[in-house]
Amino acid sequence: MTFELNATLPARNFDVSLALGATETVAILGPNGAGKSTLLGIIAGLLRPDTGRSALGDTTLFDTDAGVFTPPHQRGTALLAQEPLLFPHLSVLENVAFGPRATGASRREAHHTADHWLAEVDATEFGQRRPGQLSGGQAQRIAVARALATNPDLLLLDEPMSALDIHAAPLLRRLLKRVLAGRKAIIITHDVLDALMLADRVIVIENGHITEQGPTRDVLAKPRSRFAAGLAGLNLLTGTITDDGLASDDGRHIAGHLDGNSTPGSPGVAAFPPAAVSIYPTAEHGSPRNAFQVTITDLEPHGDLIRARAGNLSADVTPAASADLGLTPGSTVYFVIKAAAVTVYPA
Amino acid sequence: MPSRSRNGYTGVPPWIYAIAAAGALFVLLPLAAMVAKVNWNQFIPLITSQSSLTALGLSLRTSATSTALCVVLGVPLALVLARGTFPGQRLLRAFVLLPLVLPPVVGGIALLYTFGRQGLLGKSLEVAGIQIAFSTTAVVLAQTFVALPFLVVSLEGALRTAGTRYEAVAATLGARPTTVLRRVSIPLVLPGLASGAVLSFARCLGEFGATLTFAGSLQGVTRTLPLEIYLQRETDADAAVALSLVLVAVAVAVVGLSYRRSRPLPAKEATSP
Repeated sequence: MTFELNATLPARNFDVSLALGATETVAILGPNGAGKSTLLGIIAGLLRPDTGRSALGDTTLFDTDAGVFTPPHQRGTALLAQEPLLFPHLSVLENVAFGPRATGASRREAHHTADHWLAEVDATEFGQRRPGQLSGGQAQRIAVARALATNPDLLLLDEPMSALDIHAAPLLRRLLKRVLAGRKAIIITHDVLDALMLADRVIVIENGHITEQGPTRDVLAKPRSRFAAGLAGLNLLTGTITDDGLASDDGRHIAGHLDGNSTPGSPGVAAFPPAAVSIYPTAEHGSPRNAFQVTITDLEPHGDLIRARAGNLSADVTPAASADLGLTPGSTVYFVIKAAAVTVYPA
Repeated sequence: MPSRSRNGYTGVPPWIYAIAAAGALFVLLPLAAMVAKVNWNQFIPLITSQSSLTALGLSLRTSATSTALCVVLGVPLALVLARGTFPGQRLLRAFVLLPLVLPPVVGGIALLYTFGRQGLLGKSLEVAGIQIAFSTTAVVLAQTFVALPFLVVSLEGALRTAGTRYEAVAATLGARPTTVLRRVSIPLVLPGLASGAVLSFARCLGEFGATLTFAGSLQGVTRTLPLEIYLQRETDADAAVALSLVLVAVAVAVVGLSYRRSRPLPAKEATSP
């Protein structure tokens, strides 16, 4: 059973087409306001697209040409939001049993199913508690159980880890990795770790459109969008491939090694890690060909190092080096990059 | 509700307390003046007289029926106003709330021209052998007319505060709209519904003008406690005061109940079953 979608919502500048295989988990990445939650809302039936069609297996979710719109409760798409949203007036067990009960199971069957899924998320002991008596991480685990208890054909997860503290998130991530195996799921996330651990494929959405997609490893190793490069922790310049590097759109030339598919004259990108960038007060140092005069815009801690940002480029330096250079926002310095650290590949 | 810390900063300037005290006095003083007038020796005989008990019984029965009617009609109205989007929604809300500001006697006249013998619907009802004006049914209709806005306002506010997120989750879990309403929407706003119903009941209990206009004042049929009090005032001031005190006691009990029930949602430790 597969899933396919093709939807536009011009009022939100939204136009997305995607398809999922039978047991595929896709991570949706993108900046805030890019249309990620709009996508889930359209799939779940909480938002009506202006045009498009979507089908989940044999069920047509919507088809604007044919005038078909399946209401949310008949779609088989359970939605897990940032907050657990457990019904506060029901016990944990009754929360998990809600879906089966609502779709016609007897009380006994529903409780049986709920017991199974509570055990699956290691929360059997919370069955008789009220949601108000749970921690955020516990509540979100129950919410996972509640969503899975409906046996959804497609599970939609909207940043399920974002409201959790740093101790609860890894636990839930492991849990999701276990339960998402063999299911179709779409997970919105800001965290590259979620994409790596949970997803087979990533889709980057920016301004309501897909800007990049592919297997998680490929996208992170060779990002083509600035957003994906940021997630992968890489500097990214876009431009035109040359014989020995890239002529960037902002007028720089950067030397690097071309990967096998690069054809000079075609559009390409150059990627390099911030750790490969050195900072010098003047341009006279040594022979590397890549030296750019930049103005520092921001300095921020990055692990043990300091990340110096200058527009769309960034460099990692030690705190001592930063102090020696007297770096402050507004300083004019030179970013120097060894050509060997720069990879150029087609966009 | 978490009790406010005695140590915390409240930000209320001291002179506000003085004006608030004057406001409280303005409400309490007339009640005290009335209590001072009560003839305590005759109190029990006065309030247990045949006509008093009949009026009190009628008042409680009709108010209970009207409150039930308010819930039946008011819940759908509040849902439509809080959740729906349709042309004329604001106009509908304005009209539903109209009885709040309308003099009850005007409401009574409007009801008379609707359900009375010569009224809009009354003529057809008359043909069918149903007479509403000047019957106990008329009392219930008059009370429902003036009390409905209390329930709608209270419940609409609770529904808006509760929001639609729980309802959306319930729908994606496979619950039909009716199931969502029964198992999620209504339980979540139960405190708001309860306080709205209690306020409506209190309003029904005190209803006078519309009842007198539309239902008249027949002992045992339409003469509710406020009408009895008004009638007694002409002949027996002591009885009027004693019955007034009974009405005050019932009203205080009802409002006290309402305030105890209205807790903010979602409760930290949920209350309803």
